[in-house]
Amino acid sequence: MASPQHRRPGFSRRARLGLFTAYVAAVAGLIVGIGLIILSRVDPIGYASLRAVATDITAPITGAGRAVVRGAGSVADNVGAYWNAGGQNRALREELERARPKLVQARATEFENRRLKQLLRLSEVAHPPIATVRVIGSTATSSRRLATITAGRNMGVRPGQPVRSVDGLVGRVAEVGFTTARIVLLTDAGNTVPVKLVRNGVPALATGRGDGRIELRALIAGETPFRRGDLVVSSGTGGIYPPNIPVAVIASADGDTAVAAPLADPARLDFAVVLDVFHPDMPPLPPTVRP
Amino acid sequence: MRIQPAEERRIALPPRARIVPIASVMAGSLLTILPVIADAPLWPPFGLMMLLGWRLLRPELWQAWIAIPLGAFDDLFSGQPLGSGIMLWTLTLLVLDMMDNPAMWRDYWVEWLVGAIALAFCLAGGAAVVTLTTGGSVLMPVLPQIAISVAAFPFFLRLCALLDRWRLRL
Repeated sequence: MASPQHRRPGFSRRARLGLFTAYVAAVAGLIVGIGLIILSRVDPIGYASLRAVATDITAPITGAGRAVVRGAGSVADNVGAYWNAGGQNRALREELERARPKLVQARATEFENRRLKQLLRLSEVAHPPIATVRVIGSTATSSRRLATITAGRNMGVRPGQPVRSVDGLVGRVAEVGFTTARIVLLTDAGNTVPVKLVRNGVPALATGRGDGRIELRALIAGETPFRRGDLVVSSGTGGIYPPNIPVAVIASADGDTAVAAPLADPARLDFAVVLDVFHPDMPPLPPTVRP
Repeated sequence: MRIQPAEERRIALPPRARIVPIASVMAGSLLTILPVIADAPLWPPFGLMMLLGWRLLRPELWQAWIAIPLGAFDDLFSGQPLGSGIMLWTLTLLVLDMMDNPAMWRDYWVEWLVGAIALAFCLAGGAAVVTLTTGGSVLMPVLPQIAISVAAFPFFLRLCALLDRWRLRL
């Protein structure tokens, strides 16, 4: 079939004018769209409140369905666990045997650590978490990796606060509505976390790749510090993210960059905790030299 | 007896005939509120696919400006920077209007091809907008999403045809 000839207004002046106006409106909309994109580059929080309202309104639907989705997703896991119960039991028993001496050792180290800190008169002020939240949704169609949590301004959540789960760091708060907030996950390409390797303490930067993985870049030159299977924790450098939260495990290393998988899998998160923005302690003042 | 002008005849359709296409595109945009947490952008852009489906099925249904409100609505829920949907969707409809010349023959395969090009443009454009506004390179993760969307597009054409028959039933 040939394409229809609906865009030919013929001799009717009114129809022509109508068509013309429609195109003018469309081009004006195009320009407004470009303007909004430029605005969101200059001022990312500009229209965040508008979106936050939309998320607030739809959050009940998202939250209600979450249990069903989780249930469906974990069926395969449960069946697998039942099937492998015998072997798993044996493996876990062996692991426990191996872990017990390490636990004792860790307790001894912790005690020594506490004693040394007392000697140094270091006090650790633990900030209480701001809110315990459920993670209920995400942007599955967009290139941004954002997730929705069930606490907003009503619970004291503010943009920039770090979010963690039991497994590790999840991300940080980006847009805050009244009862919900959107968080930027670690895997978002716009998110960078200062981290360090647990094995040797080498500092690195972790940036999201947008595909569920994280890219690590070492902050030392001329070495290959990463090994496959290395654990990476947040370093706390520069504030925002508190130190020593597990971040990722290295999946493949290539020179002074590596690709890592985040430890806190957002798809399996039940609960997460919004923490206060971390302020590193002030460095000690330089000794005043009297002439 | 007076012959009714075309505009009056169009108004005589039941309101359902007007609302169903718009509502279906908005429902497509709203599918992102489903409680699924994705590690990578793998879902096809349902709202955009419904819009393209309607546009290819009934070119006379909408003027190009309809993409402004529908794109803005999509931006509210998709997580893209506000303005990305407005710009890309309007641009797509304007280009489709330009391509509607009588010389081009249309069949199922041509519609699929046109839809595939439009989807690839909008998804890659959306990734480019994200790169522009937040930095980082996110074009590679979009490629599987483009493939999934193109593969799923005929289904959405059929869905639009189904809805079209229902909305015009008296």
